Amino acid sequence: MGRKLLTEHINVEGINTFDVYRKHGGYRSVEKALKTMTPDEVTEEVKKSGLRGRGGAGFPAGMKWGFLAKPEGVPRYLVCNADESEPGTFKDRQLMTKLPHLLIEGMITGSYALGARTSYIYIRGELLYVLRILEKAIAEAYAAGFLGENILGSGYSLDLHVHPGGGAYICGEETALLESLEGKRGNPRNKPPFPAVQGLYARPTVVNNVETIAAVPVIVNEGGDEYAKIGIGKSTGTKLISACGHLNKPGIYEIELGLPVEEFIYSDEYCGGIWKGRDLKAVVAGGSSVPILPKELILKTAAGENRLMTYESLSDGGFVTGTMLGSGGFIAMDETTCIVKNTWNFSRFYHHESCGQCSPCREGTGWMEKVLHRLEHGHGSMHDIDLLVSVAKQIEGNTICPLGEAAAWPVAAAVRHFRHEFEWHVTNPKEATAPGAAYRGAAVLA
Amino acid sequence: MEPTTSPNKLQFSPAGQAEIKRLLTHYPEDRSKSALLPILHIAQAEFGGWVSPEVQDLVAETLKIKPIEVYEVSSFYTMFNLKPVGKHVLEICRTGPCMLRGSDELTANLERITGAKVGGTSPDGNFTLKEVECLAACGFAPVVQVREKYYEQLDTPEAVDAMLNELRGQIHRPILSWEESSSLPNSLKNN
Amino acid sequence: MAKITFDGIEVEVPDGTTILNAARQIGGGIVPPAMCYYTPLKGSGGKCRACLVKVSAGSAKDPRPMPKLVASCITTVQDGMVVENTINQQVMDVRKGIVEMLLINHPLDCPVCDQAGECSLQDFAFEHGVSTTRYEEERRTFEKIDIGPLIQLHMTRCILCYRCVYTADQLTPERVHGVLGRGDASEIGTYIENIIDNEFSGNVIDVCPVGALTDKTFRFKQRVWFTKPVDAHRDCTTDKCNGRVTLWYKGKDVLRVTARKDAYGEVKEWICNTCRFDKKETSDWVLEGPAHISRASVIAQNHYELPVVNPQVIQDLPESTTRELERNPPLRLGGLNN
Repeated sequence: MGRKLLTEHINVEGINTFDVYRKHGGYRSVEKALKTMTPDEVTEEVKKSGLRGRGGAGFPAGMKWGFLAKPEGVPRYLVCNADESEPGTFKDRQLMTKLPHLLIEGMITGSYALGARTSYIYIRGELLYVLRILEKAIAEAYAAGFLGENILGSGYSLDLHVHPGGGAYICGEETALLESLEGKRGNPRNKPPFPAVQGLYARPTVVNNVETIAAVPVIVNEGGDEYAKIGIGKSTGTKLISACGHLNKPGIYEIELGLPVEEFIYSDEYCGGIWKGRDLKAVVAGGSSVPILPKELILKTAAGENRLMTYESLSDGGFVTGTMLGSGGFIAMDETTCIVKNTWNFSRFYHHESCGQCSPCREGTGWMEKVLHRLEHGHGSMHDIDLLVSVAKQIEGNTICPLGEAAAWPVAAAVRHFRHEFEWHVTNPKEATAPGAAYRGAAVLA
Repeated sequence: MEPTTSPNKLQFSPAGQAEIKRLLTHYPEDRSKSALLPILHIAQAEFGGWVSPEVQDLVAETLKIKPIEVYEVSSFYTMFNLKPVGKHVLEICRTGPCMLRGSDELTANLERITGAKVGGTSPDGNFTLKEVECLAACGFAPVVQVREKYYEQLDTPEAVDAMLNELRGQIHRPILSWEESSSLPNSLKNN
Repeated sequence: MAKITFDGIEVEVPDGTTILNAARQIGGGIVPPAMCYYTPLKGSGGKCRACLVKVSAGSAKDPRPMPKLVASCITTVQDGMVVENTINQQVMDVRKGIVEMLLINHPLDCPVCDQAGECSLQDFAFEHGVSTTRYEEERRTFEKIDIGPLIQLHMTRCILCYRCVYTADQLTPERVHGVLGRGDASEIGTYIENIIDNEFSGNVIDVCPVGALTDKTFRFKQRVWFTKPVDAHRDCTTDKCNGRVTLWYKGKDVLRVTARKDAYGEVKEWICNTCRFDKKETSDWVLEGPAHISRASVIAQNHYELPVVNPQVIQDLPESTTRELERNPPLRLGGLNN
């Protein structure tokens, strides 16, 4: 059984209250950091830990902190990205609901390291009930002297606020999030300047995912080197995986990075296999944006190695035969799943969520959705399949923000590995569009 | 006290005004526009589940910003209803993971039971059906959100009935602070 | 100062200059197109992606290439930067793709559009597009919105460049229009029917790259290539308006008044609505002479300007202009062939 660094106490009765959380060792990292460490020493530990951003991009968190500009006399901010909206991902909601103080502790320690005097948690608007949980916990932390003026007599002061969004996936992109936090439409900004130089209110800002910030307390308590011992290579520590789709036991699992994918899917400790005794067809391993892989390629790499839950192993083979760990949104699909329908569904999502600011994404996402709709409903042509790939390529890499890629990759990968199924929709439209129809032919593996 | 809805002059309720005052302390004084989204949420909760142009103008006035700055924001974010809605807005997740676990069937059933079509309101005015994208509850699919509450694992007729019955017996009341927060979803309680 | 190489041509520009403006200093066919960027408008650019270029060397200090194509309108130069535009096949392919994207939902109503002949999208499509479309779906359309007696908003033609929004923000005290909705359902509008009523509101017509915002007083009056632009000025009493304009003549009638634009279609000085909409008599103006048409456009195709003075032109122009032209002949004045 793997170590649980974040969720060890998640099922303790009352762990969402300050007193119980404190009794279980909560807020130790704040005491340690504020009383015995300089801000730079805290940042150094995060760098040593090898912690990578848990929101999806996997950028080293310590390095991101190191980039923060620190001009004299200018306020700077730590903003927590709790806009969790990537389809297949629901770990942050769970973490904030059950362990609100863990996030708050990480925010305090992280803000101290970065020299922020005001910090924000930007939570997606749908999770207003979680916002209330966080606000209650924040009030407790203020009352206990862990927030506000002169925390623990250290001379360091911090205010922490929770800010709700209003329903927009794009606000998970960090500059769109900052625009939204400023009361505007969630249009991603042109970069440079990057938030580390001009972020919230044009001030230096670090934006980190909930899970990233929640890992800071354990890194400070145990030391970055200790944290880095868990995992394999550049995939250090533990990761929360949101398991969903056709699994026997969907839910949140904290795993040590390096766990074999096969064990994660089939062992009773984790997902317990595919539901209804069915066979696995495909997996989207890191949230809807990452390339879909057929069963054969998610369990083993093209070279025949066991596929592991690490950033490196999942991306082995590049986009030809690999995928990405992304946000850890693990969507399993059984043998009855229609890949064309699923691809259309995801495409509709990105069409719906495109902010509309730049032309390739605004026009291209809608175009792909329409072509996929046509194919799914048996009105498509062989030419449409190539058209999809072409439109995806026209979007990818040419947009202001990564939503362009997020919309293009799933389509390109679905056609790459399941081209026969798309073709079947063209050649056998009646059969393919019948209720419950499922293509059982082999996937393209290389 | 209820918020005033006389056509001449809209006003937030005293509780709403107090909450707005508290929210404004979260941002630098010259950046009060930051409070726009939180205040729109309060406005929607206080004025019948949607934000009319008049309500949006009130929000603009409250924040001392131009009305267009409110319109362009309210129309960008999908949570804000720009047209009148029924007593309860059922926001049905339709994205991949929920679809894999039966959200299409759930939507069809909800249409049949309530008599409302997606995007519309039931004849009795009780339910508005709205399809939404991923609600970040994929492990408990299929999912419906009603105001601040998530109804999860709605893959049995019993679960759907329980949700609708609970809503039918509920009186709409805006929730303004965490003290009044709704209870946790079941899946989170017994996990 | 920074020295960069653009399509093999070296140019030295002040630090902080964008790649696009550096290319414009070189001029000619190597300049990337710009559908949303507009130098006088703060914050504009980066959206249409028409000006994407390849940076094959970031700077002298760090000569690594940039991984993705960059928007030349918002990326500033670095000393030693090497940029590829027309000489790079990837850039050309992507640009063709951008034209396709911008056109899939744009109506093909150039024959009835007042912007035709001076439309950036028309020029862009002509230079980089293909003549067929792969888009079979229904095109997006919008209801026409009334935004007052002087300006026509035809949203279906809009490419969401945001220029008119920045214009209203930066020129007028109370912006009443903006971008509403999201994604491909975004639209320019006022939400509730609202009239854009401000002394400088007419400038949104000049900044619009397409025919989404047009001058109602000029509506269907004449194809622009049949009109003759003449620079003129008047003593304007409106605060912040210098009264320097371009008058567009058909015969002896002033059909419309616009601000003066540079070679890249950018307004040099904003003008007020009085100058634009109320002063349509030659007697209102002091004429300066024919306006330069340096853009490659339909109007230019009409050889409005040629290297020699053609007496025929002088005959067609109002008498006051003729006098002015005799006293102060422009360098290049050719024949108008309409």
